[in-house]
Amino acid sequence: MDLHTVAEIADVDTYAGWEPGDAWLAGGTYLFSEPQPHLRRLVDLTRAGWPPVTRHRDGDLEIASTCTIAQVAAQPAPLFVQCCRAFLASFKIWNVATIGGNLCNALPAGPMISLTAALHGRCLLVARDGTRRDVPVAEFVVGAGRTVLRAGEMLRSVTLPADVLGRRAAFRQASLYRLGRSAALVIGTHEPSGAVELTVTASTTRPVRVRVEADADAAAAVTDAVADDCWFDDVHGRPEWRRHMTRRFASEIVAELAT
Amino acid sequence: MSFRLDVDGQTHTTSPRPGQCLRTYVRERGHFGVKKGCDSGDCGACTVHVDGTPVHSCLYPAARGHGRNVMTVEGLAGDGELTEVQQRFLDAQGFQCGFCTAGMVMTVAALDDTALDDLPNALKGSLCRCTGYRAIEDAVRGVCHVEQPCAGRAVGSSLGAPAGPEVVTGRARFTFDVDVPGLLHLKLLRSPHAHARIVAIDTAAALQVPGVQAVFTHEDVPDRLYSTGRHEHPEDDPDDTRLLDDVVRHVGQRVAAVVADTEGAAEEGCRRIDVTWEVLPAVTDPEEAMLPGAPVVHRKDTAVARIARPADNVVGEVHGEIGDVEQGLREADAVVDETFRTPRVQHASLETHGAVGWIETADNGTERLVVRSSTQTPFLTRRALCDLFDLPPDGVRVVAARVGGGFGGKQEMLVEDVVALAVLRLRRPVKLEYTRAEQFVGATTRHPFTVRVRAGARRDGTLTALDVRAVSNTGAYGNHGPAVMFHALGESLAVYRCANKKADGFAVYTHTVPAGAFRGYGLGQVSFAVESALDELARRLGLDPLAVREANILRAGEPLVTPAGHDDDLSIGSYGLDQCLDVVRRARTDHASIDDAPDGWLTGEGSALSMIATGPPGGHHADVTATLLRDGTFEVRVGTAEFGNGTTTVHRQIAADALCTTPDRVVIRQSDTDLVRHDTGAFGSTGTVVAGKATLRATTGLATTLLRLAADRLGVAEAQCRLVVDAVVAGGRQILLKELHQSVGADVVAEGSFGGTPRSAAFNVQWFRIAVDPGTGELRILRSVHAADAGTVMNPLQVRGQVEGGVAQALGAAVSEEVRINDDGAVTTAAFRTYRLPTFADVPRTEVTFVETTDSVGPLGAKSMSESPFNPVAPALANALRDATGIRFTELPLTRDRIWLALDAHRRP
Repeated sequence: MDLHTVAEIADVDTYAGWEPGDAWLAGGTYLFSEPQPHLRRLVDLTRAGWPPVTRHRDGDLEIASTCTIAQVAAQPAPLFVQCCRAFLASFKIWNVATIGGNLCNALPAGPMISLTAALHGRCLLVARDGTRRDVPVAEFVVGAGRTVLRAGEMLRSVTLPADVLGRRAAFRQASLYRLGRSAALVIGTHEPSGAVELTVTASTTRPVRVRVEADADAAAAVTDAVADDCWFDDVHGRPEWRRHMTRRFASEIVAELAT
Repeated sequence: MSFRLDVDGQTHTTSPRPGQCLRTYVRERGHFGVKKGCDSGDCGACTVHVDGTPVHSCLYPAARGHGRNVMTVEGLAGDGELTEVQQRFLDAQGFQCGFCTAGMVMTVAALDDTALDDLPNALKGSLCRCTGYRAIEDAVRGVCHVEQPCAGRAVGSSLGAPAGPEVVTGRARFTFDVDVPGLLHLKLLRSPHAHARIVAIDTAAALQVPGVQAVFTHEDVPDRLYSTGRHEHPEDDPDDTRLLDDVVRHVGQRVAAVVADTEGAAEEGCRRIDVTWEVLPAVTDPEEAMLPGAPVVHRKDTAVARIARPADNVVGEVHGEIGDVEQGLREADAVVDETFRTPRVQHASLETHGAVGWIETADNGTERLVVRSSTQTPFLTRRALCDLFDLPPDGVRVVAARVGGGFGGKQEMLVEDVVALAVLRLRRPVKLEYTRAEQFVGATTRHPFTVRVRAGARRDGTLTALDVRAVSNTGAYGNHGPAVMFHALGESLAVYRCANKKADGFAVYTHTVPAGAFRGYGLGQVSFAVESALDELARRLGLDPLAVREANILRAGEPLVTPAGHDDDLSIGSYGLDQCLDVVRRARTDHASIDDAPDGWLTGEGSALSMIATGPPGGHHADVTATLLRDGTFEVRVGTAEFGNGTTTVHRQIAADALCTTPDRVVIRQSDTDLVRHDTGAFGSTGTVVAGKATLRATTGLATTLLRLAADRLGVAEAQCRLVVDAVVAGGRQILLKELHQSVGADVVAEGSFGGTPRSAAFNVQWFRIAVDPGTGELRILRSVHAADAGTVMNPLQVRGQVEGGVAQALGAAVSEEVRINDDGAVTTAAFRTYRLPTFADVPRTEVTFVETTDSVGPLGAKSMSESPFNPVAPALANALRDATGIRFTELPLTRDRIWLALDAHRRP
């Protein structure tokens, strides 16, 4: 929709300041989807021309915040496209929306949060004065719609370490409707030790990671790990059901990865 | 850096506004094929290709289009040549209203083979509210359904919609697809409070905003009460609404109107209005609203405002009893006593409410108001505007272009009044187009109902008592409230023979968004309760629910008896309910679909029936003129509107057959108060049975006139003359129609009218077989069968579409849709990402069977079939769920969490 109060689109490379009413613009698929009467200036990250995906020499995968969902989906590991399909949004949105936008929006159902939290992603945050911070994705999102980003700070990229990228993974998603918005999304990765690391999203207000030993009760481990007030409640599913689905998925994933 | 953007081969160099989206940029330049549906990337109606990549143009920053090529649906086809995708949408008629079609076509055109193999995924974010998606899938797959009937054989054939070629190419013009020079934009400031009085309202700062032309408040409007609901008889609705009021009664009620050069300035003006509120106590629950001491929503005079009991918040009520229900319950071997709830549901037509108004000056200098509106009732809206502003009928013209979906929501005057006010004051063109959020907070919804049913039957299944107490929440205003309640307790109870029936209905005001007319008009809500209760009753008696229904249904020739009273003009003009039940009986003997249930899932089946009168009570009028034109073709003028209901097609078929010609020789002009004397409107399922009957009379009359004229010209007896394509023949002689026209020296015109009475009744039966995952609550429909008695099926393709669309919309209300309201009375689901419409993935194919009857009342034996398929769907699904799980679900929607929670509670000791 038209954002009538926006008076300027600035270039990230030429605009150095930060004022109230400024916002980062990546794909725009969230910003343009709701009224934003508080905004005056959009600072366009896509003009920076960052390479969407960089494979570092150590095997780590650095994904620019401006990498589109379509580009994420093209990654060879099945988990990437599984998480992209967890979007309620259409493939046409994939062509424009970015991984960074999904992380910064910090919605519990944000599947790029699920993906990168499960793969031990680390966010590179850059302040306007150039100060850099390195924050794990699981700590970057601190609540429904809330991140650790400070005013003017931008998410530059997410880096996924090579060792976790190489793990076997399992994926489960629940929604009230077929192909609907996630109400619970659990990803398990198989550690070399034989334990399974579960990453719970969508059913919780922020990502929750649980390590489950091979012979442990996965459902119970999840219940222990998620604080009672961390189960998310909105129109996309009642918290009791989300909790049940999360526990169920935890058990299924541990069983799947054990074989 | 100069801007450049190519759209369909046209170059645009004007820089976009910084916050402008691509959709607005291209529409402002006349590329109207690109539609504004949700404005938030959820519906897909705005889909275009940017450098070959499909995107939602409402989310795409226009500035980013610099140097790029945009292709819209209007640029897809070469000169006159349809692309394969467009031709397929035409062949399968993969549309009804056509508002989503531009986006659907652009989306499908971008799919590769892999995507085509997974349409549920590929069509995520592509919403159609009309079709139920079967027709769209057929279009994608290249199935051809349309027929080209020869002369005189149009009725009963699957003729395509006349507007089809325009729809698939994006050239069909909807309400806002019009370029009006000097247009001003109107935006509404809406109430943040559920109930409050405006102590003061300061507009000075708003008027200072550059571009703001005027601000209107309650001090600027006629001191007159009316209803937004539109009926042939205005007294059907309470007069409880002011154009702008000094009291607000729901969150989202309009407070002030700002008119400005741009939407942005108008919005800024709204933000600058300073209102001093006195917040008042509010009530949002209808039962609480009826209790002594509850806040009163309308402290108005009963006689003047026509509110039944204002102090009790009861706007309308229905009470009646036949026989003795208490005695009947005592005689019963089993009694069910359950309370059922249906949620608030939004129509979600993809075209929002809105209107564009201007002053038109005739050659003689007289001026009149013209309002182009997304309405189902142009004539009734003109009447209301004339009353409101003291204008003569010829001082106002109301026109509906193609309307992008209605479903009853546009049987209201929600925007035309304030647009007219602004146009009349400013003498300039003014547009108001609702946002999608405004559709949820500032339009109307289906009435939420709470229905208690007490039903008793003897051991053999014979009903002994049927007692219904229904409470509807009509919200802050009573538009349609009393009439919906009356209808809700009509056919739903009349369809069963029972010596003892009782009905008590209360339409109740609360401080919430108003409810209004919605497909089914109350019947679906009460049918959910009654059909669920009867199913339960049968199970408690150990009987087959279908057999119990068969034992108690109304039979051919029997009167329609309701506790609420009987309409003398209503009878069963053709009876196919027994055949409909037979269809279901046959379907369920085939158990093959059970094998589709995954291991460990529970399976079950359930059915429900419904009856509907083929038009509203109290008369429904249509005037039609049929004309022989100079070139020997025909023009038929009708008043009723086209919003995907397909009436234009049916009128063309009726006219073509009556005039012994081919459909392409008949042009239908419609929904314009200049065209005919009067038309009550496109509601109450009347497009075929009322306007169609008037069309039949007008065209039959014209045929008679033509034969008489030809006989005179040929010098033969009239009886020897016969109409054929383009001519009248008599023995070996003939006169061409254009020669006939020439000999008369003027258009030959005939008129036809129908007053909508007498009326008949149509029937629908729905059956589902389902599977339920006890571990997750997931409900999967294995098979869906719908049997309908529409009398003569005028157009099988279209009527099937109406049934499928009705079933799909009803499934939405049954499993996912709910307008939620928080404790403060505010809507919390004001977007398609929180209000879940059925998507391609959600809607199963429904097998539709039409039973064979010929109605003695309707035109050429036809009955209505547009609202009614909705009504039996939710109870059939709930009954199947009961069969599968053993649990009676009494509240909609049947979401997975709700199903699982009930199963989980059921499993606990």
